[in-house]
Amino acid sequence: MSIGNPDHQDSTQSADFFSLRLFIAGASPVSARAIVNIRAICEEFIAGRYELDIIDAHQQPLLVQQEDVTAIPMLIKKSPVPTKKLIGDCSDREKVLKGLGISY
Amino acid sequence: MAKSKNQLEARSTGTIPKTLTGISGLDEITLGGLPAGRPTLVCGEAGSGKTLFSIEFIVKGALDYGEPGVFMAFEEKAEELKANVASLGFDLEQLEKDKKIRLDYVHIDRSEIEETGEYDLEGLFIRLGYAIDSIGAKRVALDTIENLFAGLNNTAVLRAEIRRLFQFLKSKGVTAVITGERGGNGLTRQGLEEYVSDCVILLDHRIINQISTRRLRVVKYRGSVHGTNEYPFLIDDEGISVLPVTSLQLNHEVSTKSLPSGIAALDKMLGNSGFYKGSSILVSGTAGTGKTSIAATFANAACLRGEKCLFFAFEESPKQIIRNMRSIGIDLQKHLKEGSLEFYASRPTLYGLEMHLVAIHKAIKKSKPSVVILDPITNLITIGSVSDVKTMLVRLIDFLQAEQITVMFTALTLNNIVNEQTDEGVSSLVDAWLLIRDIESNGERNRGLYIMKSRGMKHSNQIREFVITDKGLDLVDVYLTEDGVLTGSAREARMLMEQTGEVIHAQAVSRKDRELERKRKILESKIESLRSEYESAEEELNKVYVEEALKKQIMGETINKIADLRRGDDGGEEKNVHKNK
Repeated sequence: MSIGNPDHQDSTQSADFFSLRLFIAGASPVSARAIVNIRAICEEFIAGRYELDIIDAHQQPLLVQQEDVTAIPMLIKKSPVPTKKLIGDCSDREKVLKGLGISY
Repeated sequence: MAKSKNQLEARSTGTIPKTLTGISGLDEITLGGLPAGRPTLVCGEAGSGKTLFSIEFIVKGALDYGEPGVFMAFEEKAEELKANVASLGFDLEQLEKDKKIRLDYVHIDRSEIEETGEYDLEGLFIRLGYAIDSIGAKRVALDTIENLFAGLNNTAVLRAEIRRLFQFLKSKGVTAVITGERGGNGLTRQGLEEYVSDCVILLDHRIINQISTRRLRVVKYRGSVHGTNEYPFLIDDEGISVLPVTSLQLNHEVSTKSLPSGIAALDKMLGNSGFYKGSSILVSGTAGTGKTSIAATFANAACLRGEKCLFFAFEESPKQIIRNMRSIGIDLQKHLKEGSLEFYASRPTLYGLEMHLVAIHKAIKKSKPSVVILDPITNLITIGSVSDVKTMLVRLIDFLQAEQITVMFTALTLNNIVNEQTDEGVSSLVDAWLLIRDIESNGERNRGLYIMKSRGMKHSNQIREFVITDKGLDLVDVYLTEDGVLTGSAREARMLMEQTGEVIHAQAVSRKDRELERKRKILESKIESLRSEYESAEEELNKVYVEEALKKQIMGETINKIADLRRGDDGGEEKNVHKNK
């Protein structure tokens, strides 16, 4: 479920290339809502320069631990730095954009 | 250990199943440990020992009871935690490698987190569930979930999720310890955890008179009886030790065996046998009356019998005591070397009374002595009130009696009311009380010892003078005279005087004898002279008789001659007469 290619990513690109990870828990309504919301935001503001991994926490508990996930849904911005964690279903568009550091 | 474990398990039957914590003393208070398969809340202020409690629960479970555990830290990173508990001898690294425990550090930083809408804590549940399943954990510790509230804004969600967390832990069948910080009014900040937990333990760290005391209380325990008191606990290099203080019943075994005091004359005063084994003895007196010497003599006697003695010194250092006792001919160094004597020296102000009690408890449990000495208990009063000290000593005596350990306390009495009360406070508890008093007279101070009480013993009611010599301690009869009690040099003087008196008396007697002799001699000589007088009178008388007799004889002869002559005139005789003519 990834969009974009992380292998081609280099230092010049990383300034505006978004590497995102979304942790969800199965098919819970809040998780489904989060997926829909974040996709919409990405397509609208950073189309073509982002990758979004959607991970089911139930399937990858080890990764959950590694990434220090507590609340779900959780969107982790790996790049550009600083790393940022966004929790919630991304329904607050303003906060999501602010969290991702996207000016609009 | 195995025996006590069985006992505890036996005791816990009939109530809900329990899990032994392995924290010394706690399992006694809770009659078998924490509720098995249920969450327990451990709350307290910062620095009260919550984290240590939870980690010890996990580690002891893994090491002693074969129950793997998960430790989820919200405060300390795994590395920090490992370093912190390494001082207790817990090697978390190794335990983690052996899959006996699992550490998970949950980090929530408000500055890194943006809340963009609705969420729940499913991630946490998944992590926890995964950790539990991966090592088959039976125990879980969460330290401290409060931090979630610091990192996340939506308290309504958090409260609901914490409720769900407790349910989740129950459904997993793990015995969980959840720590919580103490809040303003309730036991926790959120006032939530204590209601959803089946057992609540409150840790407290109080400072009274600049001395801190840690206390533990079981606030709630669903489905089980438990001790409700505040129990002091100690954190040292072996982790937490809780003191299950006063046993509720007075039913300990008693012994009729007695222990010599080390002073023969004192044993004689105590009905020829000494103190009962397992009894408590108080030696009180003013400063410099030799309380420590009595205690050391008692210790020495115990060591010489081959028994183990524990000497708690609150005033002098062990070396000081050894040196001082050498001056009265007691070699404690030898016993120290042989291991029959052990010193535990600490300043009373080192920690609170309760802590002292726990420390004493631990030391006694460790070295299992038959004689314990506390010198002096008076110093403990500097760190607690009279009633505090009394309670502490009740607990201590209680414990010692149950263990059949003889204990000797020394106490300093001053000549003022406050301390006499102290004395009484303690004295009603003890089985035997020796009082040493200064007897001041003739410009000197001497020591008088008497037995105030000795339960179950025919003891002397006499005051004895207590003397300290190079060869040890001794008791001497005091002199009772019309002037009162004589001690010290007055006694010596009196004894001397009586000796002189005897000599003088003897002298007088012999003089009288001689006088009599002389009189006899005089009389005898008188008799002699009278006799000689009589003899001379008798002689005189005899002389008269003899003369008389001679006269008669001569007269007779003369008459005869004349007669003869007259006859001659008629015959022959007449011729002669003629011739003569």
